[in-house]
Amino acid sequence: MHDMPGHDYHIDIPGTTIFDGRQAMKGYALNKMCYSFNKAVNRDAFKEDPEAYMEKFGLNDAQKDAIRSTNILAMIEEGGNIYYLAKLAGIFKLSVQDVGGMQTGMTTEEFKEYLLSQA
Amino acid sequence: MAKILGGITTSHIPAVGNAIQNELYDDPYWKPFFDGYPKVHEWVKNNKPDYVINIYNDHGLGFFLDQMPTFAIGAAHEYRNEDEGWGLPELPPFPGAPELSWHIIESMVADEFDITSCQELPVDHGFVVPMQLFWPGAPNNPDMPRAVPVSANTVQHPIPTLKRALDFGKALGRAIESFPEEAKVVVLGTGGLSHQLEGKRAGFINREFDEYCLNNIAHNPEELTKISRMELVEKAGAQGTEFLMWMMMRGALGDNVTELTRNYHIPISNTGAGTLLLECA
Ligand SMILES: [Fe+2]
Repeated sequence: MHDMPGHDYHIDIPGTTIFDGRQAMKGYALNKMCYSFNKAVNRDAFKEDPEAYMEKFGLNDAQKDAIRSTNILAMIEEGGNIYYLAKLAGIFKLSVQDVGGMQTGMTTEEFKEYLLSQA
Repeated sequence: MAKILGGITTSHIPAVGNAIQNELYDDPYWKPFFDGYPKVHEWVKNNKPDYVINIYNDHGLGFFLDQMPTFAIGAAHEYRNEDEGWGLPELPPFPGAPELSWHIIESMVADEFDITSCQELPVDHGFVVPMQLFWPGAPNNPDMPRAVPVSANTVQHPIPTLKRALDFGKALGRAIESFPEEAKVVVLGTGGLSHQLEGKRAGFINREFDEYCLNNIAHNPEELTKISRMELVEKAGAQGTEFLMWMMMRGALGDNVTELTRNYHIPISNTGAGTLLLECA
């Protein structure tokens, strides 16, 4: 992440992607598709034919591959924003703990233990 | 003139909505969380506010990245939730207060806070869950106040600074207290505390930082304005930036507040869950 001169600087926070204008532009199509999942009719259309639905929203190959392999970290890398991706996770019936585990290389149970360990 | 009675903050995690729906109040996982609310219920019942200013952050229901307001204020007759992609129950509408909304918008813009007004605004769990926590059965509660939603952007950087959030709250307080109606108002700040949903740091919670915020917000909120936004991301987690809503609420309450109740519990879902009730002098 490079700083923009004259703007708030971005410190490097390991394991964290700052969702700024650059990421928002990169992930626009992906996030726009996920935003459409607020409506059940759109979720059904995706489930019916994911490839056609991704094509309709103009996702690039890296974004399509990330979704085909349910790779959350890759979705983030490709500009996905977790609030919109959460609606995709809903289609796949993944809880936030499932999604946490998938990103940190833990099982869901291990991830829940990790959460508890910070009490 | 309207009077601000106090402010209430709470986390607004979607899982809480589920727990309410399934009445898990005594479930061992949920009990330490729900134990934070009886005192709030009592206060709300005794004070019966006429209006609720609900300061929350939208999570991708009301706004998309095509047009992302930094500060938005609802000015509708009613507000509806939606299923948010997860099949959440769709509730009857929450009654709005457009006269108060437009008064606040007029006052804030005159005070040089340039906000976005919304005559239609679908409200998400950030707005709904706190209503359900404070007014059980909401919106079907006989004491349900009419609502003005205020949403701040924490989806996309740049987000507002903590100082701006506190100053926004101060201007909001002036706006409310100049509303020419004998009315009682409560201000909510919803979201937080520390949590991070995405990336390899997903699951990060920071008790020490949350307690620092809880210990300062009532009587020393200016201290918290020294926290930079990137420091907030680092210490509260990427979604812990929702603490801005607490700062906005705090600003509206004026200098003299009394802390009536506080609760903090780790974890609820992926979050350090906090609740605070502050009463104005
Ligand atoms: Fe939230």
